[in-house]
Amino acid sequence: MIRFSHVYKSYPNGALALKDISFRVGKGEFVFLTGHSGAGKSTILKLLFAEQKPTSGEVRVSGYNVSALRVDEVPKLRRRLGIVFQDFRLLEDRTAGENIAFALEVIGARRDTIAARVTRVLTQVGLSAKSRAYPRELSGGEQQRVAIARALVNDPAILVADEPTGNLDERATRGVFQLLRDINTGGTVVVMATHDLDLVRQTPYRTIELRDGSVVYDTAVDETEATEVS
Amino acid sequence: MRLLTREALLSFRRAPLLSTLSITTIAFSLFTLGLFGLVAINLREALRGIEERVEIVAFVLRGTPAETITLATQDIAAFPEVQDVSFVSEAQALERARLELVEFRDAYRDLQANPLPASMEVRMKEGFRQSASVERVAERIRGFAFVDDVRYGRDWVQRLDQLRNVTGLVGLVIGLAFAAVAVVIIGVTIRLTILQRAREISIMRLVGATNWFVRGPFLLEGALKGLLGGFLSLALCYAGFRLFRDTTGGPFAGLVFFRPEHMLVIVVFGVLLGLGGSLVSVGRHLRNV
Ligand SMILES: Nc1ncnc2c1ncn2[C@@H]1O[C@H](COP(=O)(O)OP(=O)(O)O)[C@@H](O)[C@H]1O
Ligand SMILES: [Mg+2]
Repeated sequence: MIRFSHVYKSYPNGALALKDISFRVGKGEFVFLTGHSGAGKSTILKLLFAEQKPTSGEVRVSGYNVSALRVDEVPKLRRRLGIVFQDFRLLEDRTAGENIAFALEVIGARRDTIAARVTRVLTQVGLSAKSRAYPRELSGGEQQRVAIARALVNDPAILVADEPTGNLDERATRGVFQLLRDINTGGTVVVMATHDLDLVRQTPYRTIELRDGSVVYDTAVDETEATEVS
Repeated sequence: MRLLTREALLSFRRAPLLSTLSITTIAFSLFTLGLFGLVAINLREALRGIEERVEIVAFVLRGTPAETITLATQDIAAFPEVQDVSFVSEAQALERARLELVEFRDAYRDLQANPLPASMEVRMKEGFRQSASVERVAERIRGFAFVDDVRYGRDWVQRLDQLRNVTGLVGLVIGLAFAAVAVVIIGVTIRLTILQRAREISIMRLVGATNWFVRGPFLLEGALKGLLGGFLSLALCYAGFRLFRDTTGGPFAGLVFFRPEHMLVIVVFGVLLGLGGSLVSVGRHLRNV
């Protein structure tokens, strides 16, 4: 589903954000990206949804080569992804339901299917009763659920989440995290950047740890090696 | 498409003042171009009439024998610059004066003797209708002994021609200046809309809206403003035209307005202005959202 091969990324101001990053993510996986602030987590995610291009190396996502992606292919790639951020990115002047419908309208979804699809994902995130609520009338956890519902409404192959629990209290964090696990159970690949180590330690999921733009630990690689050695 | 139109119309509600300003500047730009265009069109009409009319008139001394005139007429008709020569007798001149100068009809009727001289009217070939050739031919005709006086409208034909060129040029310059202002204002309006909607646009991008879907409403908005500006300018031109024609009257009663194809050009130009302004702005600012 995802493959990074010797990826380097430097920003125009000269900052070298990623150094020689290589990893693969297969079908059905749940992967944590961890590391201190500035380690390069968000940069990896931006490469995933083609907001940035690698300076060198190859990034492949769901059959697309991000390194050589044409401008008109970017929307096609994004329609295969669901993207969630720490700050929710909801439109304040639209209700929860309208925010989700917006994501379908702007990709030209058939109008007569939109209402049913919105209801389905709102139910999936447990907010079917809040369809008409505006973001300011919802708690942080609920807003993030709406954002996740919007990310899911186009049936993505991969859900990309950049610190989705970063703005939430502990209870909301657990709820949102459980929701992401359920989504993964349904077959969707989830890549989640977080610096919440408690969350990471509680679960058996694969973890890729970054430090200053390099991978310093990858459960998939390091545990296999450890097993091989012993 | 419906969504696209809705988004475009929304911008008028979001920034009514700037939208109105955009439309008005486009309208003024086209109005200026249009007014000068009207003057140029009418001058050309007038000039065409004049050009086809007699260009040199040679008045003949009273009592000149008919054969002399016939010979001279053949002579002059053989000049390389001359298309044809016609002789207008004294009686014909009077008849014509009675028909053309309605105001003097009574005066001419009561005349005992005919005061009008006979004349030769010389029309120039096409390509020789400019002052240098006209002057040359006129001088040669003046050389005939029986020719009393030669007249030709050299100066004012030339001046009309210059006036037409100057009018066209002035109109073009002022109109283009307004057009530039219009493009800038449309650009600013669109930039403002883009900033207002930065969040919305970034979400559209994130969920996979195509570039054209994101740009479409802005381009449509610009084109729509251009269209409205074009129509408004035509209305302004027509109002100005009627006002001028109806208040001056007299020689200006025969002024002509744009033909349909002229109007189409003006409206299309308006649409292009609007589209141009938004294209520039969208290209420059949408990248940064
Ligand atoms: N748009 C950008 N322009 C320049 N430098 C950036 C940009 N985004 C991130 N960086 C730099 O790249 C490095 C990695 O940043 P980031 O991927 O955001 O880390 P993280 O998400 O792990 O906190 C940092 O040093 C950061 O300053
Ligand atoms: Mg980050």
